[in-house]
Parts: sequence; structure tokens; C-alpha cells
Amino acid sequence: MKLPPFEYACPATLSEAVALLASHDGDAKAIAGGQSLMPMLAFRVASPSLLVDLRKLPGLNKIAIDSDGVKLGAMVRWRDIEDDERLKTAHPLLKAAIAHVAHYQIRNRGTVGGSIAHADPAAEMPGIAMTCDAGIAVTGKSGSRVIKAADFFLGALTTALEPDEIITEIRLPAWPQSRRFGFQEFARRRGDFAMAGVALYYDPDPSGKASNAHVGVIGVGDRPQRLTAVEAAINGNTIDEATIARAAAAASAAVEPQQDIHASAAYRRALTGTLVERALKIAAA
Amino acid sequence: MKNTFIGAPIERREDLRFLRGRGEYVDDLAPNGVLYAVILRSSVAHGRIKSIDTAAALKIPGVHTVITAKDMPGGPPIIPMRLQPLPEFKPFEQPVIAHDKVRYVGEPLAVVLATSAAIGEDALEAIAVEIDDLDPVGSREAAAKNKSLLFEPAGSNRSLVFHARKGDADAAFANAPYVRRERLKTGRHYGLTMEPRGVMAEWDAAKGRLTVSGAAKVPFFNRRILAKQIGLPEDSIEMIENDVGGGYGARGEFYPEDFLIPFAARHVNRPVKWIEDRRENLMAMNHARETEADIEIACERDGTIIGLRGEVHTDMGAYMRTNGAVGARNVVQFMAGPYRVPHVKLDSLLWMTNKTPVGTYRGPGRFESSFYIERLLDMVAEDLGIDRVDLRRRNLVASAEQPYPIASVQPTNANDQYDSGDYREALERCLTEIGWAEKSKLQGKLIDGRYHGFAVGCFVEGGAAGPKESARLAVNDDGTITVFMGSSAVGQGVETVFAQIAADALEIPMDRIRHVYHGSTNTVSDGYGAYHSRSIVMGGSAVLDATKNFHAAIREAGAKKLGCDASDIKIGEDRVSGPGGKSFALAELAGLTAEGAFLNHKHTYSYGTHAAHITVDAQLGEVRIVDYVVVQDVGRIVNPLTLRGQVIGSLVQGLGGAMLEHLQYDDHGQFLTGTLADYLLPTAGDFPNLRCFVTDNHPSPINPLGAKGAGEGGIVAAGGVMANAVANALQSFGAQPRQLPLTPTYIWELVQAGQRQAAE
Amino acid sequence: MPVQFEVNGKSVSVEVEPRLTLADCLRQNLRLTGTHLGCEHGVCGACTVLVNGDAVRSCLMLAVQAEGAKVVTVEGLSNDADLTPLQKSFRKHHALQCGFCTPGFITTAHALLTEEPDCDADRVRDVLSGNICRCTGYISIVEAVLDARSAYKKTGGGP
Repeated sequence: MKLPPFEYACPATLSEAVALLASHDGDAKAIAGGQSLMPMLAFRVASPSLLVDLRKLPGLNKIAIDSDGVKLGAMVRWRDIEDDERLKTAHPLLKAAIAHVAHYQIRNRGTVGGSIAHADPAAEMPGIAMTCDAGIAVTGKSGSRVIKAADFFLGALTTALEPDEIITEIRLPAWPQSRRFGFQEFARRRGDFAMAGVALYYDPDPSGKASNAHVGVIGVGDRPQRLTAVEAAINGNTIDEATIARAAAAASAAVEPQQDIHASAAYRRALTGTLVERALKIAAA
Repeated sequence: MKNTFIGAPIERREDLRFLRGRGEYVDDLAPNGVLYAVILRSSVAHGRIKSIDTAAALKIPGVHTVITAKDMPGGPPIIPMRLQPLPEFKPFEQPVIAHDKVRYVGEPLAVVLATSAAIGEDALEAIAVEIDDLDPVGSREAAAKNKSLLFEPAGSNRSLVFHARKGDADAAFANAPYVRRERLKTGRHYGLTMEPRGVMAEWDAAKGRLTVSGAAKVPFFNRRILAKQIGLPEDSIEMIENDVGGGYGARGEFYPEDFLIPFAARHVNRPVKWIEDRRENLMAMNHARETEADIEIACERDGTIIGLRGEVHTDMGAYMRTNGAVGARNVVQFMAGPYRVPHVKLDSLLWMTNKTPVGTYRGPGRFESSFYIERLLDMVAEDLGIDRVDLRRRNLVASAEQPYPIASVQPTNANDQYDSGDYREALERCLTEIGWAEKSKLQGKLIDGRYHGFAVGCFVEGGAAGPKESARLAVNDDGTITVFMGSSAVGQGVETVFAQIAADALEIPMDRIRHVYHGSTNTVSDGYGAYHSRSIVMGGSAVLDATKNFHAAIREAGAKKLGCDASDIKIGEDRVSGPGGKSFALAELAGLTAEGAFLNHKHTYSYGTHAAHITVDAQLGEVRIVDYVVVQDVGRIVNPLTLRGQVIGSLVQGLGGAMLEHLQYDDHGQFLTGTLADYLLPTAGDFPNLRCFVTDNHPSPINPLGAKGAGEGGIVAAGGVMANAVANALQSFGAQPRQLPLTPTYIWELVQAGQRQAAE
Repeated sequence: MPVQFEVNGKSVSVEVEPRLTLADCLRQNLRLTGTHLGCEHGVCGACTVLVNGDAVRSCLMLAVQAEGAKVVTVEGLSNDADLTPLQKSFRKHHALQCGFCTPGFITTAHALLTEEPDCDADRVRDVLSGNICRCTGYISIVEAVLDARSAYKKTGGGP
């Protein structure tokens, strides 16, 4: 399982990197941590003519937190999120979700930008981006733009990213301190891609009823999704057993999961409901 | 013989190099001028080869040669069976490279030799293969239709039926007060080794000598096959056993590459190295275990077992490989496990399918049959209202019944008997260790969202396959001693345990045993290797015999040197002395060597009990182990440290088979589990809380050490025990697992079915 | 293309194809064969090495990406004179059998214990779940790592 041949460049500036990506007729690929791309190269399911290494690009490995929210530089590693104490309050849902990503060694190299660009339907980071209405800042030869997560993930391993575009930052909107949240996923083994996962939050209004519910799922379908029917079942309600049961049922009804070697479609459908139930219980606790 | 080291937890000698990264595995060898072999494998499950065009591949810089079946005059050799080489199997044996048909995804089509493995892989993409698709046989059910035949001349996809018989089962069933019939099945697993396979061959044209590195398990046998296939005398071939990264029954059998790489080296007159990659490994190394049983058990109302009857079907994959029939035979021969079953009529049907061929994997047939008998016993207990443990107590073979004859198997004329032991004692110890009396009160209870389940299962483990093992001792220049073994190392720690045995037999400190060499064909005249949990019994006993001959040789040499009778010679740690204070240093006899052997046609049967306490999250279908205890009696403990490693290590493999591992194909024979993200192995997070207690209360009467094989007992009962524990936990849903692995989906389906039934 | 980095305290410069992984570079070009390849797709952890102190899978990294880095392999965590406390603990607990996965466990456990000498059994299991061992069943490995914690607390894992 040796990698196919390719050229390699390690540019020092973003514009240089974009120019390199643009120079190979869409056949060049950016490599950040490489934790998803390298296995694809090893199996030769990807064989780009040029790899553009992003590791020297300045400023992409910062976690910035201000009143607008959390900005994760594209080269921020899982490990950096794990180690950043500020995120416990600045974005506890992100922290909870990232705790499930892969294994120790992978977490030392895998990056948020790489995960978003790879767009695995069961990956946590795309799920958090969807759930939280993240903006994905990208730069290409026609300039910079911010793509809404909802417009970014087009299918399994397919995104709205142009071949010459590089993700520079993931922008997560500010996290109010009163916000309630839960993250639940279930995988065959620790660190595996989940058979299903649920990230959700809501803001309790003064009467204690939920508003602004956001419910995202991963691993059930070809991309991370928001479940608006579940959000509707939550909004305006007290999170009690009846609401939780309604939300769970709505979740099972809303998804169209796939069958694969790890789980049946019917199981995934039920699992989604179970995880919504459990995540909501944690949120309300 | 002293007993200083045998039985002591001696830290292993081999660890000193492994821990420093100084092991030498076959991929670590890099002779000058070596070419890397990369194998083109079929992506078609069943088809007729029309053409293989290598022209474009040969144009790639760095590609030296591409070998296909056409390069083998007289056609590619066929790999003969090592075990159960019945004439009936002949039509189903595998050629070393596909030449007319391809029969599984992964079958070798061509061998590229290049200056690097990467270039070799580039060349694979440039080879144009035309194959006419044939109807794939994707399951044993499809095989039974015989519509599409893997081997047209054979006329059937069924290669054989084994018949296991004891007593008169039909008569017993006719009169039985209670009978239960079940359909149960086990998943497709394999003995995945962390080091993928590898072969490096060097051809010395001037001397006409072939050196093959990467040998494992049965180097002497494989040399015999290779010599015949490649047309060389056996003594012109040296098989070298390097450090071997795991065996488990699968590694070291004669595979296609074991011919292709030596052939290639001779063909191009350069060293050639092939290192299997993990994707290849998943589809090229022997698969195992995929069986389905349609069986019934007959009992008295008090639970006394009367008989077992029925059929077991094995999905053999595409060819009968070297030891491919062992599992299918064992599954019926050992269905009764440690239980007294007077009447047995079990047929084992071997079905050829378009999948990777099967071979043995640790506890072959025993893991499967233990799942079957243990599931049946728990169902019987429930039906008859008998306590599960009492049912087992009632039916375990008693020590007074030993040696206990088991079902004989035709057409191989296998007649065997258990050698010795007190099975009941192991059961009681296991119950005590897990605290069954108190803790099992939790069975079926829902606590904090999880249902508690318990199970207990008993097993026997066969060991000590004959016919022979050899050992040789030699005096080194400095008067230390080197031990040469016909046994092979696959990670079990043979360098340490044989040094323990030899030191005690020679009555010297262990550090006087300088080296233990093993496995390679240059160690002893005739070696047999590592399989069927035989190393300590066979190899260890051979060391004892070699010691006798070694001492005799020293006495003889000493007598000559000192001018006295051999009987007056005394052998010390490093000196040899005679009457009248005359003595000399053992080092003076440097080069003196003596060989010994142990011949044996009987098998040892270690035995024991597994017990599990688990919890199940019924919504997720998730199982967690709270406590799992294995008690095993091995006759004679040589090294409790390595023994515990064998028991816990094999247990976790068994738990992997029970819960995670499953090689899957679609109906077209396409392989679906070609990565380690698809074929799920246990990791450190999955199965904590495992304990084992090994005893040597009942030595085997059939070898001088009293030892029994110990490498497989941990795996055998794991499937049945886990399935029974799940059934026990989910009793309120009426859950009865009938297949392995126990995936979350499957457990959830059992719960759903139970809920639907309750609602109706 | 040329690449320069430090391996086990020594500066090395090698000429490699861009497609060469760090693992293959260590094994083939630098003959540091203690780093093993068990899967080449980032699952088994046998190829784990330390890059700038972090445990990483060397099969998921290009050699050219190691430019300027400090790489430590199992050979760099060993000495001729004696086993290190971590290695001794592995031996004492029989935390290895065939030895093939062992270098990956040693490097991973060393990184963990260096950073978190107070880690508990759960954390050890969590971290080690990225390394596959087929022989031991892991119980003895977890015991060995836990038992080695005291050495890291006292001397950072040195003798």
C-alpha cells in the first residue's frame, strides 16, 4: 500500500498555495494533517498530481475567541481543542464532540480544516459545523468568501470547495452561557466513526421553555444534517419526558439512514432517536 | 531433573530485543540488489481468464519483470494439503497462481518485480486483465444449488462430507423424552497477525541453493512442498525463521506466495522480497469459522444429554488449502465439548464458494462448536426448568471416566479420546472466582439502564499433535549450551520456556543456556513446528530426550578423555569430572552435540471453564463486560507469565469473534471488509476486566512433562458464553442469539422482536 | 527531493520521493527497522513515532513533512546498557508476545506518561485504543503502563 506518485510543494504564503492548487487543472490537493488524505492515497482511491502542504501557512493554527464566537484556524488540531481550557465555556459542545474524534496519535495531527474539507458523513467536526451554523472561510484565486455550513456539505466526501480554494477558518457563532447542550454518539469501538451521532443545543427562555433549538446528526445519510422537525418539537416546550419522547420520535422519522457493514438502516434510525433522547436529557439535566 | 525454573514466572529473553525495536522480522532484511515483488490479484470473484497484458507495465522505469502462469513450464504447481490430504480434496486444491479461472477476489494473477514496492504497485495499474465473468457463488446456499460450479470437473461445489459418529443417535433420538432443534451460525474470522506475511528468497545459482526467509509455523513441511514444486533436492533449500509477528494458525501455512517468491528469485537470479500489505492480508490469508449448524439435542427430563444429531455447513471459500479441512472436521468431532454425549450423529458439509479459502484459526472448529453446544445447553436448561450450572455439572465428563472416547470421524478415521482431568473442579473454581452464587442474583435485572447477564461455559482444548518433535543440544566454545528446536516461534516465548525446561533437565542455571534457536531448517534434522498447541508438550518433551542423549555423549567423551568408565563421569555446571579428582572444563567439549525426539500420536486435552458477567444497553445493543473469568488446567505450568498471556490473549481473540470480527462479502463475492476500519479487531478500550486462573492439578499421562496444550483455551468458549450472557441479560425480551458476532444491530433486533412479540 | 530532520538526536539528510512516508523513510533509508508497518492506513499504531514530542502515526505522514522536525523512534527510547523503566515494566508484566506491535506501544505510552504521569486506567485504555495488539489481549499492557507511571513521576522515564 505505497502511495501513488505525486509532486509536492510546501508554500509559505496563502496566495502561493492557492496559485499552486490552481495550476494543476483541479488535480492538485491540499494536505493539512493528512489523517484522512493519507489513507486515501495508500489505497490509491486518491491520486493527485500535486500535494500542496499547508503546514507553513502563517496564522492558521490559532484558536481565537471573542464576542462573535470561536474562530478555529484551519490547521488547529484536535489536540489543540482538547488542550484549550477556554473552550470549556466558549464552546462546550465543540469540546464534547471533539472528545470522540479518532485516536491519540491521529489527534496530534488531524486538523479541523482537513476534516471539514474531507466531509466524512460520520465525522464530528462537520456535524458541529452544521449544527452550529458555522461559517467556513475559504480563499481561492477569485478571492475569499465565507460559505455557510448548510451550503458547504454536498454529499459524502463532496463539498462546495472549489479545487483552488483552501479553508482558512471555521467560525462558530458565540455561545451564550445559559445555553443547554448535549452530544451523543455510538460507535462499534472507541475512536471509530459513529454509526450515528447527535449534537444539539437550545436556549431556555425566561419561563424555562426551549428556543432556538439546533439538532444535528452525523452518520445517518450522506452528509451531516440539521433535523428541523426535531427542532420544532423542542422549540417552545419545556424539556420534559413528553417533549423528549416527541423529539426522539421525530428524529427517527426524519432521517433516511443507509445500511452498511456496521449497522442496518433500521438500527440507525432507532439509534438516532435514542441518541436525541439521551442528548436532550443531558442538556436538560 | 530439577524443578528450579519450570513453574517460575521467568521474564522472557526475547523481550530484550523486541522492546528495543531490535527484533528482526522478514521485512527488516534488505540484501543488496533485492527486487520487490508486488502481486496483482483478481478483482473478479469468479471468471475465466482471457488475457493478461503486461506490456505497458514492463515499460515503467524500475519494473524488472512480470511473472504470470505462462512463465511456469507445465503450468503452475498445485499446493497439496498438509492435514487430511484425502483424494476427494485433490480437485479442489489451489494452483500457486490463477491460470484458467479465478475463484476469489484476491487470487494471484501476476507477480511484478520492481526496484521498489511503490513502483511495483504503479505497475499493477498498468496490467490489463480480461476476465469473462462467471456466475459467482457467494454463499454456501448458492453453492448447494450446484448451478454455477467452481470446479467443473468435480461436478459439485461440495468437496466432502465428514461423518462424526458415536453410539446410535437415531435410536436414541427416537426414544428421547426431550429434543430441541436449532439453527445457529458463526461469523467469518481470521487469524490476523499484526505482522503481515512476507517471503524473501535468495538464489545462489553457482551452488544451486535457495534460501527462503520469512518461514513460520511449519518450515520443514513447507520445504518438502517447495522442493518438489521447484525441482530441487530438499537439502538445497534452507528455510529461515526470522522473528515472526504472530501466527494463530493462519501464518506459516504454504500459501501461493511461498512458491511464487522463490520461483521469482530463481527466475531473475536476484533476491526477491514480498511483504504482504494489509489490504492483501485481509483477502489472501486464510479465512476461518463461517459455519452454520442445523442441529438437535436429545435429553432426559432431568437434563442428562442423550445425543446430538444434525448437520454443520462450512463456507470453505474457493480452494482446499493446506489445513482447510481441520475446522470442518473439528466442528463435528468436538461438538460435545467436555460433556458426556453417548450418541452422536453429525455431518459436516464442506461447501466451496467464491471467497478467500479457509484454514485454521486458533481453536479451529472448537470455537464454533462450543458456541453451538453452549447455546443449546442454556436453551435446554430453560425448557426443562433446570439450573444452567447444574445442567453442566450433571453432564461434564467425570475424571473417573477418563480417558474418555469422543465421536469418531470418517473418512479420515479419526478416533480420539480425552486424556485426563477433573472438569467439574475447574467449573467450581470458576464459579467461586466470579462469585456466581451471590452475583448471579442480578441476572436479568435492569440497573441504571443496563441489563445484567451471566453465563458459564466449559471447554476442552486439544494439543500435542504428533507425530514427532526434535531438539538438539550443543556445547559452545565457552562451555555454555545452545538448544536447537524443531518447534517454531510465533510469539509464544519459546526461547524462554525451552531454556527453562533445558536448564532444569540439565540441572544448570538458566544463564548457562546461551541461545535457543528454533524453526529454521538448519536447527535439527527433522522439525515439525508450531500448531495445535504442541510446542511445550512436543518440543519440551523432545528437550528432555535430547538431554538424556546429550549427557550420555558427554559421559562418553569424558570417559575417553579421563580414561574411566562413562558411568563414573559426573557432569557439573561447567565442568566434567571423573574419579580421583580429575576433571576438565565443559568448554573443552565445544562442538559436542546430541539430538533427541519425542514421538507421540496421542493428544492432550487441557480444559476449563469461562464465566461472564456482562451488562447490555438494550436500546443501543451495546454489551460491556463487568467481569470475565477463565479457569484452565494445563497439566503442567512451565511459565505462569507466558501462560497467562496465552489465556488472556486468546480470550480477547475469542471476544473479538463473539462481538466484532466478521469478514463480509456481497452476493457477488465482492469483498466488503478490506480495511481495518471494516474488519474490527478488539482494542484496549473494548474488553477490560478479564481474569484468568491457571492450574496444573492434573498432569497429562501421555508425556514426560505432564503438560497439555494451552494456547487456545481462552478462545474456545468465548462465543457461547457471550451469547448466553446476552440471552440471560435480555431474558425479559425472550432474546435468543443464534448467530455471531453479536453486533449492536443484531442485539437491537432481538430486543425489537421481543418487544413486538410482547405487544402481540 | 532532499529532506533534513533530526532522528534520535542525530541530524540526518536524505533524498526521497515525495510519496515516501516517514515510516518507510525511517525503515528503508535510515534502517531504523524498529518502527513497524502493520496496516499502512492509520489504524494499527505499530508505526507510532514521536515528532516534536507528539506521538504520531508515521504511515500517515510524508517524509518530506518531517523537514526540520525532531523525530524519536523506539531505538531512540532504548539504550544498550539496560532496559528503560517502561521497557522493564512491559517485560515484568509480559505485555508483549510476538513483539511486532510493541515499538508502537512503547512510543505511544512514553508520550502519554511523559505528558500525563498521573493518568488513570481509563485514560491509558483510551490512549492505547489507537494501537492494536493481537497477542496479549491488552490487560498486561495496561498494567505495564500504569506500573511505569512512578518512574515518569520521579525521573521522566529515565533510569
